[in-house]
Amino acid sequence: MIKVEEKLFQNRYRVDVGRPHINIANPDICQGECKTQECTVCCPAGCYTQEGNGRVVLITDGCLECGTCRIICTDFRNVEWEYPRGGYGILFKFG
Amino acid sequence: MDEKFDAIVVGAGPSGNAAAYTMAKAGLKVLQIERGEYPGSKNVQGAILYSDALEKIIPDFRDDAPLERHLIEQRMWVLDDKSYVGTHYRSDDFNKPPYNRYTIIRAQFDKWFSKKVQDAGALLICETTVKDLIMDGDRVIGVQTDREGGAVYADVVILADGVNSLLAKKAGFHAEIDPKNVALAVKEIHFMPQETIEARFNVSGDEGVVIEMVGKITQGMMGTGFLYTNKESLTIGVGCMLSDFKQQKVSPYALLEQMKEHPSIKPLLAGGEMKEYTAHLIPEGGYNAIPQISGDGWMIVGDSGMFVNAVHREGSNLAMTTGRIAAETVIELKAMGAELTAKSLALYRDRLDDTFVMKDLKKYRRMPSVFHANPQFFTSYPELANQAAHTMLTVDGVDKKTKEREIRKSFVGKRSLFGLLGDAFKMWRAFE
Repeated sequence: MIKVEEKLFQNRYRVDVGRPHINIANPDICQGECKTQECTVCCPAGCYTQEGNGRVVLITDGCLECGTCRIICTDFRNVEWEYPRGGYGILFKFG
Repeated sequence: MDEKFDAIVVGAGPSGNAAAYTMAKAGLKVLQIERGEYPGSKNVQGAILYSDALEKIIPDFRDDAPLERHLIEQRMWVLDDKSYVGTHYRSDDFNKPPYNRYTIIRAQFDKWFSKKVQDAGALLICETTVKDLIMDGDRVIGVQTDREGGAVYADVVILADGVNSLLAKKAGFHAEIDPKNVALAVKEIHFMPQETIEARFNVSGDEGVVIEMVGKITQGMMGTGFLYTNKESLTIGVGCMLSDFKQQKVSPYALLEQMKEHPSIKPLLAGGEMKEYTAHLIPEGGYNAIPQISGDGWMIVGDSGMFVNAVHREGSNLAMTTGRIAAETVIELKAMGAELTAKSLALYRDRLDDTFVMKDLKKYRRMPSVFHANPQFFTSYPELANQAAHTMLTVDGVDKKTKEREIRKSFVGKRSLFGLLGDAFKMWRAFE
């Protein structure tokens, strides 16, 4: 099974270090209230990972800026989602 | 930047470029703002270009547009785990210029289109994200960008900011997209020598083939797969409704990996070098999901307005057409000296209603709910069709009549007679 990291490795990014464009509004909701945590499976870039203690950790470096995580978080609307600053983020070579 | 423009266009994809080009060409003072490093660097598409929509904007686009292959053959595959049944339509009529459809690579195509926009006189600013619309009461009067002192003003702001449509959402023009109304597609581009592609797809020169697929590859989800031939690369992808991804908790890249392993697909990709992996949402809610598309000082075009015909895999042509018609509406109102209000800009929707965009979307308005409510179209039927073909084509001493009976039994067993009749009726209604 190929890892998503191997796919993302082919892509070009300009990471806005220290300024993630997506944030989990309240991590306690993911840990305590969200039973399904679809973001940890459905994000096509695997940006969301489930920790052993039920916490969800978000690292946006590989983000493809699709919007999936924001739209599927229907029960809690717990994803604060903006586009990266101009010029930052994914830079598609082919699109 | 305290200048005021006739129009600000947010985004430099097909709809934004069509709008900016049309207005600039008519002599309006147009500012276009793009968040990517260059136009195309944030944009994802399969990608098929439909000539007609672009011809209506740039009639001689074939002279210098970066086109990959013109399509002479369309394959429709219905897949089971190890097989497919399909139809191929190939015609020499598609091999005579002017060609009807082309494969394109969006990063290159959008750059080309943007150059035309700038040549027409629009001002393009890249690497700039629009954060908010600037309102005066209910009226949009400009945009706030992430540049220092980044407020710019215009008589009208055309939102061509793509499927996520954050600006209209923030301004309260429409709500967050329902996962039922949007598909998530993932795709890869695989490079290989031109001769390899030509041999594998039985084409030469710039001829190309598309394969659209339904069935087991979407693992029961409502969706489709595709494989397109570019000059020196193949694009392969799969997209399913986000509500299905959410409900079934499927990993999109695992889905794509599994599809690439299908015995009918794998040999087509063999030896290729994967050079990019992308993901994108496609607004597939159809006619009933189209939001309000204009108001005081604003208009929505392209994906941001849900303008995708999911049944026919058309989007970029709807994007270009909505962009062009929004622009033409602005040009006409300006020429009349009219204010760009909610009332006057409603002309845009009236105009669109008379085009293929709204007519087609209206025709298929029942389709999304029919497919959502009847997953058997993506599960049982592909399986049954493949089994039927297998039964009929296996020569094993069993007589054909018995085989037919077996096939009929398998269909009725899976769906019941009433189920089959009901499904036929639903499909007829949805396509009517």
